[in-house]
Amino acid sequence: MATQPHTTSGAHPASGPRTAFISPYEHPVPAGAEGWQSMYPYHVLFQPERRERDESRFWFCDSQHWPTVLKPFETVGPELAAKCLGQFNTRHFLVPPANGMDCRIHQGYVYLSPIVVPQDEVPARVPEFLRRAGHYFQHWDELVDNWKGKVLDTIRELEALRFTELPEVQPYEEIERGLGLDATDALLGGYDRLLALCHRAWQYHFEFLNLGYAAYLDLFQACRQWFPNIPDQAVATMVQGVDMELFRPDDELKRLAKLAVELGLEHRLTGSGPGPGPAPERDTLAAVAREPRGREWLDAWEAVQDPWFNFTSGNGFYAGDRYWRDDPALPLGYVRDYVLRLRRGENVDRRVTELVAERDRVSGEYAALLDPDRRGDFEAKLRLARQVYPYVENHNFYIEHWSMGVFWRKVRDLSSLLHRAGFWPGETGMLYLTRDEARGALFDFASGWARGSAPVGPDHWPPEVDRRRRIVRALAAQPPEPALNRPPAAVTEPFSIMLWGITSERVASWLAGLAATGDLSGLAASPGLADGPARIVRSADELDLVQDGEILVSPVTAPSWAPVFGRVRATVTDIGGVMSHAAIVCREYSLPAVTGTGTASTRIRTGQRIRVDGTAGTVTLLD
Amino acid sequence: MTCQYTVTFDSGADPATVRVGGKCAGLLTMTGAGVAVPPGFAVTVDAFDALLDSGGLRAEIDSLLSGLDVEDPPGTRTCAAEIRRLVGERPVPSRVAAAVTAAYRVLGDDGDAGGGRDDGGDGGDGDDGGAGGVPVAVRSSAETEDLPTLSFAGQYDTYLWIRGADAVVDAVRRCWASLWTTRAIAYRATNGVPERGQSMGVAVQRMVDARSAGVAVTLNPADGDPSKIVIDAGWGLGGPVVSGEVTPDNYLVDKVLLLPVRTTVAPKQYEIVAAPDGSGIVRRAVEDARRQEPCLAPAEVTAVARLAKAVERHYGCPQDIEWAIDRTPGPPSRAGAPARDGGPGVLLLQARPETVWSRRPRAAAAVVRGAGVTSIADTMLGLGTLPT
Repeated sequence: MATQPHTTSGAHPASGPRTAFISPYEHPVPAGAEGWQSMYPYHVLFQPERRERDESRFWFCDSQHWPTVLKPFETVGPELAAKCLGQFNTRHFLVPPANGMDCRIHQGYVYLSPIVVPQDEVPARVPEFLRRAGHYFQHWDELVDNWKGKVLDTIRELEALRFTELPEVQPYEEIERGLGLDATDALLGGYDRLLALCHRAWQYHFEFLNLGYAAYLDLFQACRQWFPNIPDQAVATMVQGVDMELFRPDDELKRLAKLAVELGLEHRLTGSGPGPGPAPERDTLAAVAREPRGREWLDAWEAVQDPWFNFTSGNGFYAGDRYWRDDPALPLGYVRDYVLRLRRGENVDRRVTELVAERDRVSGEYAALLDPDRRGDFEAKLRLARQVYPYVENHNFYIEHWSMGVFWRKVRDLSSLLHRAGFWPGETGMLYLTRDEARGALFDFASGWARGSAPVGPDHWPPEVDRRRRIVRALAAQPPEPALNRPPAAVTEPFSIMLWGITSERVASWLAGLAATGDLSGLAASPGLADGPARIVRSADELDLVQDGEILVSPVTAPSWAPVFGRVRATVTDIGGVMSHAAIVCREYSLPAVTGTGTASTRIRTGQRIRVDGTAGTVTLLD
Repeated sequence: MTCQYTVTFDSGADPATVRVGGKCAGLLTMTGAGVAVPPGFAVTVDAFDALLDSGGLRAEIDSLLSGLDVEDPPGTRTCAAEIRRLVGERPVPSRVAAAVTAAYRVLGDDGDAGGGRDDGGDGGDGDDGGAGGVPVAVRSSAETEDLPTLSFAGQYDTYLWIRGADAVVDAVRRCWASLWTTRAIAYRATNGVPERGQSMGVAVQRMVDARSAGVAVTLNPADGDPSKIVIDAGWGLGGPVVSGEVTPDNYLVDKVLLLPVRTTVAPKQYEIVAAPDGSGIVRRAVEDARRQEPCLAPAEVTAVARLAKAVERHYGCPQDIEWAIDRTPGPPSRAGAPARDGGPGVLLLQARPETVWSRRPRAAAAVVRGAGVTSIADTMLGLGTLPT
């Protein structure tokens, strides 16, 4: 398997440092993936007729959010993310220097390119930004309360959508009422509504996010000036909250584990087998129910499901992400791990008191180092960053976990309905269609039913779905390039920096890393030193393989991987800054972490011994 | 143990009321504060006065000084040499010599009682008048040194690896004499410190068999950034680092998180270590494999920084410290409380106020004032010009 990124022949001289990444137009297609472009919407492809324009721009791979190859339907994620990120910068708040991001799918991976506002247009945007963003900052808490209401309404509406079998005939009472509409009216309308609600959820996702990160950036930049070389994690430590909704699901698992110990149910929850989910969960729950105080525990278990088990071990961006509510084996496995650790006398709780004390110590000490006339600025910037920060983390629970969990469940319901109608061989075949193709297939299904005739789909789609399945597999065999084309002299676009950690230094290290074979460096995301065997985890499906004492190496991690953090010694990721979810969670769990290494998951093998220095931001290959 | 002529660092004596000179006052203070300091004692200024007041030495010195013209270098050299000759010839008053000998013996007994190191087994039997006995460092501790505005760094003498009571008494006398080296006289003249009335204490400290040693400053001397601690470190004793004879490893450490943010490892050509036969110290080449190796492990960088931070916090102003990491693991100090500030193995050898940046205003950082949306807009627009 090719693990070294390619570069264009003209992009770098025979000697000396490389200055550019490969052009997407010259990038060889992995064997077996020929024709991959036919799977994705035209507007997300590097089109031949746009070569000059697209090749003149720098694109970075968003493997932080989409680390694995996208199935065609999953393109809805990056499409809506790019659109909704952009709308708030460009149309709502008029962020002075930055519009949105252009988005491309290239060989199955997502690439983004920032859209910088021309210098001469910036001044006119400033007063509008001050007025509009200023209103949000001034009314932050009440607007966030309002936001939660809007999101919950969206989720309830998503929950209410039903994609069930069409009736043999319309009921007689509809004839009496003179309704004049059939069941496909709701089915087709339901599909449109599903996509509209997903779009809405993505808009809410970005409503506060850009402003939240901007406030953080203001503090971050000031600290960089006041205290040159201040570790990134120092700023993160000063801002981080500890009592956030994003941590609730994991906290609830710990509470359930403690309750099980208290009620004498441990033996029922710690059946044989390694890793989470060894025993059929129904048997486990039935065994608990037979215990004298089993009912008490099951009531608690039921009570936390909604909303806290609307939580995925993925990141919410893939249809295959397993959500705890849909797959109780996952939370049961984690509860089992916690019960075992409690029995060994370990403390499983996050060290909340210590984290708060440390946050206050760190911010207090930096404040004391400033001249008194600057201390007020520091404290004001810190206060605002802390006010906005909970949103920056908690939106993840409301959108990626809760809203998207419901969205994907409905998508699977619909795919399953058409599977039963013979449209594709597997239950999830619809994911190999784009959302517009799926709309077409649904109409085909509806029309066939209405006409009393066979739809065309069952003849058309099965071979095509098979072809696409093979292409996705072939694309997945090759990791993405970190970036495409020639980078700018300096990365100055605020959102690339804030949300993706794409800085000039990072890009330079990727270019240097193209030829590198030695140790890796990244961001010192969470302090500490650890060594042990690596475990490469490319997706949440592989989490079960993680063994005690291993070091988790992954393109990116999700906050919901927290329960396995109890088993690993350290974490290394390809992408993500010190405010990425992986970094935040590792600090919460006092686990060394190096993020943004660019290539760790392709350069390191499972079983290879490595040393992670989360203080220095380095990963040493020991064998 | 405290008498008119010696004060042990762990005696709890108030540095404000005993006259022991700047360096000893610092060691007394730090020992009292629980910082890991090698055990030892101060020879008081009273002891110095006792010498000067015996047989009219003070009058002879004053008479020589009255003819001193610092604009005349050859004359100054002659005058300085004459004073040092007088100090060297005069016997140390017997009560002073007895007090130093007694304190030195206790230091040796203390060492054996603690079992911390083996110095030949002759420390506890009292027969240490010869070349045996616990090795000590004998350091000058002038009353005018280590002022917040003048460092007097390196102006007065230090004698390392001194063994035996007689040798210690002699080294104390040589420290006193070093008040009148040509360079010390010139330094005082340059800085307007009056020549008459100079006095000196002496620190006698158990020798640290340093694996690594060096200095640390509780701000970044490159830009005055008070959120950093800069550590220079070399193999062996700290002398070559202090004097600038080797290029040390350099660690830039964040003072709040105590994490190194930049490490520069230098090729360290040689080191000064205890001679294998215990006879003293030797300078030797560092073998190739160790030259490029960092002489501090990450945890040790943090421990040195923590020590420097504790000293700064105690004094309430930026500090410049010398430290060492003992080659022999074991209790780092029996003087005062167990080491809790420097962490295991890191010892404070001396501390003095940082005298350059603490008096100079820093350039204002290019930070957008205030907070909120205006500041945020300005920050985003400034991203192209500021480091990210």
